[in-house]
Amino acid sequence: MQFFRQTGWMIVRQMRNLMREPIWVVMMITQPLIWLLLYGQLFSKVTPLRAGASTYVEFLTPGIVCMNAFFGGMWSGMAMITDLDRHVIDRFLATPASRLAIVLSQVVRAAITAVIQALILLIVGLALGVRVHGGALGWVVVLLASALLAAAFAGISHGLALLLRRPASMIATSNMAGLPLMFLSTILVGTALMPGWIRDISRFNPVNWGVQAARNALVFGGDWGPTGIYLLLLLAATAVTSMFATWCFRSYQQSI
Amino acid sequence: MDAIVADDLRKRYKDVQALDGVSFAVREGEVFGLLGPNGAGKSTTVRTLTTLTQPDSGRAVVAGHDVIRHPNRVRRSIGYVAQDSGVDWEATGRENLLLQGRIHGMAGAPLNRRVDELLELVDLREAADRVSRGYSGGMKRRLDIAIGLVHRPKVLFLDEPTTGLDPEARVAMWVEVERLAAQESLTILLTTHYLEEADRLAERVAIVSRGRIVVEGTPEELKAGLRGALVTVELGDVNGRVEDAANVVRGVDHASEVGVEGRFVRARVPNGAQAIPHILSALDGGGFEVAAVTTQRPSLDDVYLHYTGRDFATEDAGS
Repeated sequence: MQFFRQTGWMIVRQMRNLMREPIWVVMMITQPLIWLLLYGQLFSKVTPLRAGASTYVEFLTPGIVCMNAFFGGMWSGMAMITDLDRHVIDRFLATPASRLAIVLSQVVRAAITAVIQALILLIVGLALGVRVHGGALGWVVVLLASALLAAAFAGISHGLALLLRRPASMIATSNMAGLPLMFLSTILVGTALMPGWIRDISRFNPVNWGVQAARNALVFGGDWGPTGIYLLLLLAATAVTSMFATWCFRSYQQSI
Repeated sequence: MDAIVADDLRKRYKDVQALDGVSFAVREGEVFGLLGPNGAGKSTTVRTLTTLTQPDSGRAVVAGHDVIRHPNRVRRSIGYVAQDSGVDWEATGRENLLLQGRIHGMAGAPLNRRVDELLELVDLREAADRVSRGYSGGMKRRLDIAIGLVHRPKVLFLDEPTTGLDPEARVAMWVEVERLAAQESLTILLTTHYLEEADRLAERVAIVSRGRIVVEGTPEELKAGLRGALVTVELGDVNGRVEDAANVVRGVDHASEVGVEGRFVRARVPNGAQAIPHILSALDGGGFEVAAVTTQRPSLDDVYLHYTGRDFATEDAGS
């Protein structure tokens, strides 16, 4: 009980602090739109890219939703670095606050942020003629995929934040890992157009699990079995990475 | 009963032996000062006692709980005000306090009452609902202390509570700590590298140097351990005979370390009150006119120098 209360209040803190950074809120809303409008226009004439969707924007929308969630999760550890720099974490560590609660509050913040951004993207998508073929369930799956994707990578990001503890190291690591993971997925192009070796690797890429689930729900409106498995895999990944981040507190505490 | 027991704590960071066998005990309700220059091991000692980090060896018991075996029990019993402010800048003073209380399992009306009480205590009532990013250094520090007190801890750790404060805010903080110390059953462990701070606030002091405790006692005991006082005689009309006057003083029983500075002659004596009449009559006999006499008890500065063989100010500046 105590654990859930602590996690709850820590999440309240996260969301409240987020809302108090107006620039961040503006960024949170505009950045995904820029991706969607830019990529959607850039590749709109390339018919084979649609891979069964009625327009490239429709094909792209679930991809951008997931890319955005994944990047958001990947960068979310910067908040942990700020908390470390301001010694808020040290203060929490000298209280009975559960380390997992501290991590989960950050992970949940990343997930909620991703869901808000996904909703904005979907609504703009509708205006551009995108249809969610999976209906209400389709909406739920797209939002779940974005939440879990953000959460899974937020766990990694917070673990790294506790290990690296410096913004410059975080930026370098996130960039190094982020772009390859993005291009080793079906965010921009469908499986059919991928070289064989990328297709093989993409199966093990959590980013791709999210994209496949979201695209099944939005573009194809079906294939719920594999879609469910993708979501479960992401849930398992979130559990693993959150445990990893919690474990990283040990390393941090050894260093102080 | 002892509120804090540290027993042979040792900890090594890569190439620094931060703690080299730290042992001391703090009685319940006592204000205990760990005094030493930066890098002496004070903060590492506090971080070990507050469960923030673990010692390589040794044992520590805080509020009756072993810090290694039952860290969560220790955490429930202590308030920790770290050297660096732990205020959440994006939250208001009140929100900072409420969250800390909730982490400790407090809720509802009792929590709200406690928060109001503390805001009053540290004089932040008017700023309570402003985002703390805009607080001054002194305000953040006072909020830190209030945060450490929300759950009514038995033991409060204050790690360098006045470092970085201007002199006015520092004195205000001293008054604050004295008020807290007057509260029943709150044990306070204070670290400081200000000698005057330890002298004013702590009932007992341990001097820490290079990861060890070199001496421990009440400030009075430590100063008395140096035996004696510094007597300063201001001569009236000297006519270039200051050195002669100094020689007269050197002839007085038990006077040592006699020195001259301008019209002043200084001497160290075992007992100021007993020595002054002898010094005065000797000077009078030599035909010297005395304008004023003062005695000064040894300071913790002298104590530090005596026990570590190093000058406090130099050591602190060099680190």
